[in-house]
Amino acid sequence: MATAATAPAYTSSESHGATGLMSWLTTVDHKRIGILYLHTSLFFFVVGGLEAIIMRYQLMRPNMQAVSAETFNQLFTMHGTTMVFLVIMPLSAAFFNFLIPLQIGARDVAFPRLNAFSYWVYLLGGVFITLPILFGLAPDGGWFAYAPLTTRTYSPTQNMNFWVLGVQILGVSSLAAAFNFATTIINMRAPGMNLMRMPMFTWMSFVVQWLIILAFPVITVALFFLQFDRFFGTNFYTVTAGADPLLWQHLFWIFGHPEVYILILPAFGLVSEVLPTNSKKPLFGYPVMAYSGILIGFLGFGVWAHHMFAVGMGPMADTVFGVTTMLIAIPTGVKIFNWIFTMWGGSLRFNTAMKYAIALIGMFTIGGISGITHASPPSDLQQTDTYYIVAHFHYVLFGGAIMGIFSGIYHYFPKMYGRKMDEGLGNLHFWLNFIALNLTFFPMHFSGMLGMPRRIYTYDAGQGWETFNLISSIGAFLMAPAMLVFLYNFFKSKKHGEVAGDNPWDAPTLEWSIPSPPPEYNFAQIPMVTSRYPMWDITHPERTAEIPHSTKGWDEARHRSDEHILPGGGHMADMAPAHIETAAKTASELDIPMPTPTIKPLLVALGMLVMVASLLPFFAGKTSAFVVLLAIGAGTMIYSLYDWLTTPLEEAH
Amino acid sequence: MTSHAAAAEGHAHEHHYTTTGLDNRKVAIWSFIGSECMLFASLISTYLIYKGRSVVGPLPHETWTDPSTGAVFKPILNIPITSASTFVLLMSSLAMVLALAAVENKDKPLPANAGWWDRQLASSKLWLWCTCILGATFLGFQAFEFTSFVHEGLTLRRNLFGSSFFTLTGFHGAHVTVGVIWLGSLLAIDYKRGLRPSDTLMVDIAALYWHFVDVVWIAIFTLVYLIK
Repeated sequence: MATAATAPAYTSSESHGATGLMSWLTTVDHKRIGILYLHTSLFFFVVGGLEAIIMRYQLMRPNMQAVSAETFNQLFTMHGTTMVFLVIMPLSAAFFNFLIPLQIGARDVAFPRLNAFSYWVYLLGGVFITLPILFGLAPDGGWFAYAPLTTRTYSPTQNMNFWVLGVQILGVSSLAAAFNFATTIINMRAPGMNLMRMPMFTWMSFVVQWLIILAFPVITVALFFLQFDRFFGTNFYTVTAGADPLLWQHLFWIFGHPEVYILILPAFGLVSEVLPTNSKKPLFGYPVMAYSGILIGFLGFGVWAHHMFAVGMGPMADTVFGVTTMLIAIPTGVKIFNWIFTMWGGSLRFNTAMKYAIALIGMFTIGGISGITHASPPSDLQQTDTYYIVAHFHYVLFGGAIMGIFSGIYHYFPKMYGRKMDEGLGNLHFWLNFIALNLTFFPMHFSGMLGMPRRIYTYDAGQGWETFNLISSIGAFLMAPAMLVFLYNFFKSKKHGEVAGDNPWDAPTLEWSIPSPPPEYNFAQIPMVTSRYPMWDITHPERTAEIPHSTKGWDEARHRSDEHILPGGGHMADMAPAHIETAAKTASELDIPMPTPTIKPLLVALGMLVMVASLLPFFAGKTSAFVVLLAIGAGTMIYSLYDWLTTPLEEAH
Repeated sequence: MTSHAAAAEGHAHEHHYTTTGLDNRKVAIWSFIGSECMLFASLISTYLIYKGRSVVGPLPHETWTDPSTGAVFKPILNIPITSASTFVLLMSSLAMVLALAAVENKDKPLPANAGWWDRQLASSKLWLWCTCILGATFLGFQAFEFTSFVHEGLTLRRNLFGSSFFTLTGFHGAHVTVGVIWLGSLLAIDYKRGLRPSDTLMVDIAALYWHFVDVVWIAIFTLVYLIK
């Protein structure tokens, strides 16, 4: 490309002279925090992928001895934990951070420093839970950590402590971020950005924030019980003291099933942006898409015991949870059909983002259908704890969430870096990944139906599992080159990709009205929104002719703005009808107050981590080390928190 | 950077435009309280599920005789004393309401015929002190209750009742402690520079948290202490 050598129109990091390590450690800019999330979770994606490849090597042929049973336990535990808590959730968080303020026309999130805190807690918690695998000390009780198996009696080593404490830390990160984004979406929308005009990604993210707010406290409690049992000798999971061996399972899955929707809904939101843009048509059935997302969120709290059909809850409970589980297929099916109808009659552009979005529709449908087969308890009893289940949730999470997230990365990369990713390499990545996905996980349906149990570290020949396992392993090995192609493309395109401009895909929503990458203040003038597709109103009015338009919300906003100032500061004059912004001035030239960078959120997170880690020597009976670490951690945390709370967000210099 | 700084200072006491017209912090505290509801719901449910499942005493409402030693453990919950501490906590909510009203109305001049009581009502310091002291008194009651239970043989490790009771009420006590520290910091600000009507929101958020912690205690008192 001839333009490849030209620099992007605007480079946010250069404009206010903030480069280098310290600028990243102290940043409170939601876009930079989003980029931090993206890089960190891609790193953990590689770690989790390597764990999977070692497992698939071990299972490639019968009676392999590449790793021991103990190591295998650690591998599958850490693979699940990593992919759920350290990869898919934070990859979604990368998009929450980068996109939500841009999509709703805000200059930042509601609480920028809390946002930085969430990231640092995630990073430190991720390191805390991952590092022990290098020393053979990684958690080994499964990503679901079923108690009583994980109590001190049956897991007497430090291994599970890293999980119990690590997931608790990661919960703090998710909750802090959820309060922040829920507030941002409720309260920071630009004038005229009514709920029914929000981009679908923001809608799905909004549902996810509430799922996190309401589901995470339940696992917090379950983890405190397990932590107290292991460290202080309480009896929550001690069956001989009268405890219910199913308490953990209930609490875990009351969290765990909403968690599944926490993982998938952001990906649904991303493809709901990619499909209309690349079909050059508005999203089909927009209100129903929003409502079905809400309904999935509600129903998601009423299906948890379908993970527990095999424990013998009785016919009544089994029936109720079977029915609610089948019900959830309805709003999900609505989404699938609406995506198809969005493409129907459109003029489709098959770029990499679009291919990944279409792959999500197909692959997620396979996972959804196999899911319905175990919504029925009698059928589930045949499938529970077999590779059939592994096939199911990998079609949902790899075929659904990861496909959607890759779609989002290719689609939004130009907005993040001002340059496009290479389409040729993207195409290669897509096909390698798509083939590898199906090669790995489709045969697992068969090995599972033939009775191969999950979580076994090896198996005997002659049970009809050999061929399927060999194919699965070959597929898994193919994922490594796919990922390498992606990473090469990602890092190469950051520097040398084709310059993208404001709106390379001719997309309809607000984030595409500003320069790529966006300036630190996002919008020089806060846009006043009149429809769902403000950019198409300007560039393709024929596409939005049937979409409702109104100036509802403007007059009130105008009235209030006489005395109030806009989100992120700025006056009435800063507001303008939605338009394409090309000016590239700095925040101080525009007189927009920006939050002061600060290291405090990192220090508070660090103090918290040291406090939590002090329980490890406590567990081993080393009281003095415990007291010292606790004092250091608490001191750092309290001092930094005090400093944080007494310093205004926009410090006067 | 000077214009930037000046802008920041100029804006410090203006209202920010928000979609709902509420301050961000107010929206955030409500979402936080929603989350806390699920936290306490999980703790209370576990307590109720484990009620009657302990294999050894002491028990909350029943007498238990150790079959091996013949030692008799009386019902351990002391309802009269806990009723008193519940009353104390509820009164602290009243004091919190008065403290908020005092901050809100600071700029309103007292009527000419204002009596002693009107002057007391206008003192945010007085009512913040009252809220703090009543909260701390509740914590004192809880400390007394916990130590006397331990003396009677009920510990965190003793049985399921001990584990679930101490964890549930301990979590509530920790929330009260955070509240007392929070109110104490408001009091410190009041002494340092005086709380103004423009600080109403800051006090309001603390008050919301405080009332929530009170409401949780009403649920715990009813479900754990009163219902047998």
